[in-house]
Amino acid sequence: MSDHALAEPRVVYNDAVVKKFVVASLFWAIVAFLVGCYIAAELTWPALNLGLSFSNFGRLRPVHTSAAIFAFGGSALLGTSFYVVQRTCRARLFGGEALANFVFWGYQFFIVMAALSYVLGFSQSKEYAEPEWHLDLWLTVVWVCYLLIFLGTILKRSEPHIYVANWFYLAFIVTIAVLHIVNNAAIPISWYSAKSYSVYAGVQDALVQWWYGHNAVGFFLTAGFLGMMYYFIPKAAGRPVYSYRLSIVHFWTLIFLYIWAGPHHLHWTALPDWTQTVGMAFSIMLWMPSWGGMINGIMTLSGAWDKLRTDPGLRFSVTAVGFYGMSTFEGPVMSVREVNALSHYTDWTIGHVHSGALGWVAFIVFGSFYYLIPVLWNRKALYSVRLVAWHYWIATLGIVLYIVSMWVAGIMEGLMWRAYDKFGFLQYSFVESVVAIHPFFVIRLLGGVFFLIGGLMMVFNVFMTITSESTERPREPLIAPAMLAGA
Amino acid sequence: MFIRHEFFEKNAIFLLIGTLVTIAIGGIVEIVPLFTIETTVEHVDGMRPYSPLELRGRDIYVREGCYLCHSQQIRTLRDEVERYGHYSIAAESMYDHPFQWGSKRIGPDLARVGGKYSNDWHYAHLHNAQAVVPESIMPHYGFLAETPLETDDIQSRMKALRTVGVPYTDEDIANAKADLLTQANPDADSAKLMGRYPKANIVPGNGHEVTEADALVAYLQMLGTLVNFADTSTERLQQ
Repeated sequence: MSDHALAEPRVVYNDAVVKKFVVASLFWAIVAFLVGCYIAAELTWPALNLGLSFSNFGRLRPVHTSAAIFAFGGSALLGTSFYVVQRTCRARLFGGEALANFVFWGYQFFIVMAALSYVLGFSQSKEYAEPEWHLDLWLTVVWVCYLLIFLGTILKRSEPHIYVANWFYLAFIVTIAVLHIVNNAAIPISWYSAKSYSVYAGVQDALVQWWYGHNAVGFFLTAGFLGMMYYFIPKAAGRPVYSYRLSIVHFWTLIFLYIWAGPHHLHWTALPDWTQTVGMAFSIMLWMPSWGGMINGIMTLSGAWDKLRTDPGLRFSVTAVGFYGMSTFEGPVMSVREVNALSHYTDWTIGHVHSGALGWVAFIVFGSFYYLIPVLWNRKALYSVRLVAWHYWIATLGIVLYIVSMWVAGIMEGLMWRAYDKFGFLQYSFVESVVAIHPFFVIRLLGGVFFLIGGLMMVFNVFMTITSESTERPREPLIAPAMLAGA
Repeated sequence: MFIRHEFFEKNAIFLLIGTLVTIAIGGIVEIVPLFTIETTVEHVDGMRPYSPLELRGRDIYVREGCYLCHSQQIRTLRDEVERYGHYSIAAESMYDHPFQWGSKRIGPDLARVGGKYSNDWHYAHLHNAQAVVPESIMPHYGFLAETPLETDDIQSRMKALRTVGVPYTDEDIANAKADLLTQANPDADSAKLMGRYPKANIVPGNGHEVTEADALVAYLQMLGTLVNFADTSTERLQQ
């Protein structure tokens, strides 16, 4: 079959847009980590808020989350999806360079405007959907163009099958479109004002928001990055995907079950009990397809485990899948109402999010980029493999400090809030819990700084790689991973 | 079974449609009934839309991201009820576009903060939280008291809210500006304001202009005060 493929004329891929997204993603990574460290410091030493409107925690926190999820993660997803879909379909991006560039600049414009709007005091206060209505409309236009490019490329593919990575990318793109449009439905106070009011109120708004919010995790931060995993781990390991059947089963069950899980953000609230129970049941079931994906990713290394010794980029990817397995186990545990009674509203949740965001999302991006960057810029190898190893260890240490301190802080808060003294009165005032977790906020900040340092190492390494002399690297073999994957 | 998967694997449109159907089911089953089952939001006495000044205060609460550190949702757990008061019911946020339940307590819950502290305490606390609670990690919001409140668009705000279902009457909207100014002026005749918005808290103001701090304090001081739980039978609260 590969002979046949080689006989066909070579497709010239649009890698220019992929490069732009990779650079943008690394830029936003540093912004996200830097702002994250700053707001962590604000929580530790409140004088750092400076008492100015735009530097206060409440306005900077959405800058951090949007920069991490949509700017860093989003640019990585769009960039790698364009790279992967072209190679696995053996087709140049649909819509030409202009459309691809529009998606790139349109998306970056959205990010910059969103960040500016938060610090200037425009937010609709829906977590991870803070931009106001005009930016939401703009993102919708960009996103539809993105879907057109992606779907159009699949439609004109010269491979018979759609490779598994593309299922996940496609599910990510269409589901995010649905979530975005439904959750952001709002009425502006006038056509000239940025202010709008959500069409939903109270309990309905709460569920719509967490249906959105949890599936931003499920489809943006999970399905999309699983697409990345399904291309770059087999590529870097030089092995086919462990199980084709498992990828089918876990794809459909994952996307079916995830969408139900939102109500676990609203346990013991005014949301009706039946909705809470359904959300909890599906969250627990979600454990299975999540681990299906983890097993498929990790077992792909069967027969290639020795590469972990020599390829620190692959080490990132495999550790990412490990963190994915860990946080998708922790998640179902926290979705049990009795556990949630303790964990909700505490820093345990923050720790959980970061074990996913740093351990899974950021690590799978780092691993994929360390593979991708020499290929894209036609370099023989990275500037320094040792620096990748250093990045790996300092970032891992940072995550461990982060999540362990947040576990301790979160469980401590939960226990202090519900502690009773021997007379049957609440033992602690709220502010006593604030004082008690201060040392753990310091440790969390240290973890964040470690992660930031690792990110800076990566940027330096990538910069040196790109600016080093180009080498005539042997062209990639034309065997699409779909064939590598086999049946 | 797996041979049939070719159906999706070889046709992008079927894959797209299959994905859309698969993800639609959960959302439809969970969300749609919340709009159709009548008992989702309890029928209780006392709930009313926000007064114009409270509404503007709420907008500032949203703008500053207060919900990122303060929840407004007391859960049905013993310690929360003892710490914060009666657990929150759905009816209490029925006019909240969007809801402000929050997801993290870096500071305490505010669902029933209304009336717990004096107006003066709130002004001092917003200005410099550490002056009132030394261990607090809350940022300073002194700039609110120095920023005049934008009041010209109050009617368009209320009209937009009416479009999404908040029962503001024509009279409410016509008197919006007057009501707003009255609530920030202790010397004004507040009878009409109180008729339209019972339990509204008159804030002292600074005598010459309404500031953003006035609006925010008016909002904070009404949180959780509207429903009289002494009058509410548990039967009616059941969902």
